[in-house]
Amino acid sequence: MARKLPARDVAIVGLGWTGSILANELTDAGLNVVAIERGPWRDTATHYAPNYAQDELRYRIRHELFLRPAQTTFTFRNKHGDTALPIRTWGAFMPPNGVGGGGVHWNAETWRFLPSDFVLRTHLTQRYGAPFLPADMTIQDWGVTYADLEPHYDRFEYLCGTCGTAGNLQGKIQAGGNPFEGPRSRPYPNPAQQQPFGPTLFAKAARELGYQPFPQPSGNMSQPYRNPLGVRLGPCTYCGFCEWFACANYSKASPQTTILPVLMPKRNFQLRDNSEVTRINLDPSGKRATGVTFVDTSGTEWEQPAELVILAAYTIFNVQLMLLSKVGRPYDPQSNQGVVGRNFTHQTISDCTSFFDRSKFVFNPFVSSGAIGMCIDEFNGDNFDHGPHGFVGGGYMGQVQTNGRPIETTPVPPETPKWGAEWKRAVRDNYQSTLKPGTGVHGSMYSYRDVYVDLDPTFRDRLGRPLARITMDFHDNELKQNRFLTDKFAEIFQQAGAQRVVKEYRQGPYDITKYQTTHLCGGAVMGNDPKTSALNRYLQSWDVPNLFVMGATAFPQNAGYNPTGTVGALAYWSAAAIRSQYLKNPGPLVHA
Amino acid sequence: MTLRRRDLLTGTAIALVGNRLAGAEVIAGKLPWTPDAGTPPTPVKPGPWEYFTAAEGSMVEALVDRIIPPDPQTPGGKDAGCAVFIDRQLAGGYGHHEGLYNLPPFHDGSIQQGPQSAKGPAETYRAALAALDRYCRSQTGNDAGKGFVQLAAERQDEILRGLESGKIKLEGVDGEKYFKQLLEDTQQGFFADPIYGGNRDMCAWKMIGFPGARYDYRDWVTRHNERYPHPPVSIAGRPAWTPGKG
Ligand SMILES: Cc1cc2nc3c(=O)[nH]c(=O)nc-3n(C[C@H](O)[C@H](O)[C@H](O)COP(=O)(O)OP(=O)(O)OC[C@H]3O[C@@H](n4cnc5c(N)ncnc54)[C@H](O)[C@@H]3O)c2cc1C
Ligand code: SF4
Repeated sequence: MARKLPARDVAIVGLGWTGSILANELTDAGLNVVAIERGPWRDTATHYAPNYAQDELRYRIRHELFLRPAQTTFTFRNKHGDTALPIRTWGAFMPPNGVGGGGVHWNAETWRFLPSDFVLRTHLTQRYGAPFLPADMTIQDWGVTYADLEPHYDRFEYLCGTCGTAGNLQGKIQAGGNPFEGPRSRPYPNPAQQQPFGPTLFAKAARELGYQPFPQPSGNMSQPYRNPLGVRLGPCTYCGFCEWFACANYSKASPQTTILPVLMPKRNFQLRDNSEVTRINLDPSGKRATGVTFVDTSGTEWEQPAELVILAAYTIFNVQLMLLSKVGRPYDPQSNQGVVGRNFTHQTISDCTSFFDRSKFVFNPFVSSGAIGMCIDEFNGDNFDHGPHGFVGGGYMGQVQTNGRPIETTPVPPETPKWGAEWKRAVRDNYQSTLKPGTGVHGSMYSYRDVYVDLDPTFRDRLGRPLARITMDFHDNELKQNRFLTDKFAEIFQQAGAQRVVKEYRQGPYDITKYQTTHLCGGAVMGNDPKTSALNRYLQSWDVPNLFVMGATAFPQNAGYNPTGTVGALAYWSAAAIRSQYLKNPGPLVHA
Repeated sequence: MTLRRRDLLTGTAIALVGNRLAGAEVIAGKLPWTPDAGTPPTPVKPGPWEYFTAAEGSMVEALVDRIIPPDPQTPGGKDAGCAVFIDRQLAGGYGHHEGLYNLPPFHDGSIQQGPQSAKGPAETYRAALAALDRYCRSQTGNDAGKGFVQLAAERQDEILRGLESGKIKLEGVDGEKYFKQLLEDTQQGFFADPIYGGNRDMCAWKMIGFPGARYDYRDWVTRHNERYPHPPVSIAGRPAWTPGKG
């Protein structure tokens, strides 16, 4: 029997990026809020001190900051008829765990999606006609527009101190920024970071080819910054231990460095760490959440009653909790009915490794940060005419090399033996004169009828709950897109003077062992039609109106960008709707 | 005020998460802040093998010295400490799948479904090293009866190439898979911070020009195409900083 705790106004599941934003907004509204977080309390600078944070083996290779699969994992298969097997050790993505969530160890590449991304099906159908889209592609419009979200993007960027060069200020195109972006109401809060040699060389070559390169929007501070909440960040030192690592410098935007110092001391806020929510409790009608149940590390089960439940547990954990709690109708790919688990997506990443003359080029690849880099956006979204190419989607591409850490980043020409004297020589000779961005081509993955999440019939977690099962494969559209983009990307490095450019196309089948990004999206998407969306345009569950679901869970398909700028904007958008509408009149904000 | 209701919440049971003690807490009214809240790494202890037997240890030294052979500028895998690195890793959490999902059933799947073995690396090494030794000793001709360690370097390389390509089959062990794992572990040991037993004197970092655990390159961001001149630093510092400690 679960022990019952005193009721709270709001229970938030997970204290990562979105949990922190919602907790701060709803405590500001005067509500009594508890956040229940699966992992431990962690502060960035004190837990990951600069005298040992830079440990590649511990954090990058052994994944110390991440969820341990022993606690919970997923099963995976490519196709509907296959038997799914558990992900026993992380590969294709790295689920966050602990206070701050992914914000602790992300790169802080902080993008906005294109205006056309939010009305994708309408836009593509108008431009190319419906038959241009593959029959099993299930992309759809979001139910919100770029204009709706602009003020909320702005809030998230000013919270984070995002560093960048605006490309479109209130409709006026700005030199040096991304000319394809939607209009911004004001410039970035901080100037772009300075760029090391590799990105600078890439940008020069891109300009020579007629593209319009710009600095990647970054949450690694270019200068000291005080955000609107009064929290301060310090300048980034380009330490090169950023993605996968916590920042010991207070230089990377994370909940710890932007919100928690204000949230934690509030009298109407409480955090329970090392406590995993196991289900959302519903009343007998199934239409109202009564709170959540969680288990702490001693195995004790607790019930936390609440008037309002916010799921902020990261994409796939949100979906899993909805399935386990029977919120919304589970998706069935056979009948194409149901919404929870539907339109699940990831990303289509590829790369080029570019070898330069070692007597002329020294890149110092270790001088870098998680979100450093120069990019172009000519081949993202629908920024170019897809008509002749026979695919849709795209991505940004850039020299966005985040590190020169030697276990991960010692590139050698592909014909080099994998070991022995020749390998050793090639490692030595190429380290300083090779560019390897890691996620150079950041392609979209659109949604399909046969890519989804449901509950596994066989495998269970340590508590006996079914694991979430991922069914995912690449489709021709994405593979075509990737060939086209990777070829374009390689041309820029050729132009930059590389002696040799090795293209590493993304190839099928989708492989759960190969890291792409931790940009899982969808599974309980937002929209205007309850038949094809689990959440309304305010991230409110259609079925259980006192449940709001944060995160990239709501993306109907993934765009060619990193998600968190949009995740943050949606969190503020939803919080604003809760504060200005829901609290005055609790109930559905949209009547279907 | 921080309410530490450890007793109430966790009773006597405390779970181990990573290498930290983790009990659930209720935190309210305060931003918890403790200096040195994290767990610094523990440098490996020099001395005898912790996991390998003496025979296994010499065999792994011979193996890592072929994977990374010595050259006039840079030591090979053996002198760089790669075998010590692997030994300490196998004796620790890595050796027995600590933290990984290890619940049954175990079925082999497609490559893209990832490793599905119930056996941790420690067990795999034991079985593979024994099988490799048996393979070597069962050869006929000049090398009849010799173990891997006694073979000439060229012959050792030939055997490794055979394992790599799958041409040489080991009894009861997937030699190709094992070789991949050995390769990965050896190279990780070569490049990881020296506190883990490999990369002795930061030899691998010196070889490529990686400055190690330095943390501030602000002066260097815009110094383009100029070689960074400073020697590497480990998490444990540099010998010159602690004279007498080696
Ligand atoms: C290595 C890495 C690099 C990344 N880099 C970038 C980048 O450069 N740009 C970008 O846009 N995005 C990046 N991301 C993605 C980014 O981290 C996420 O988009 C973002 O953190 C999502 O916010 P969230 O609030 O939805 O989830 P999170 O921030 O992950 O927070 C979810 C929290 O919920 C907790 N939780 C989960 N389940 C439960 C449960 N059952 N009970 C209680 N608590 C639970 C988790 O422990 C976690 O703390 C990166 C991710 C990783 C892993
Ligand atoms: S690169 Fe900059 S932001 Fe990233 S961890 Fe290092 S100092 Fe922090």
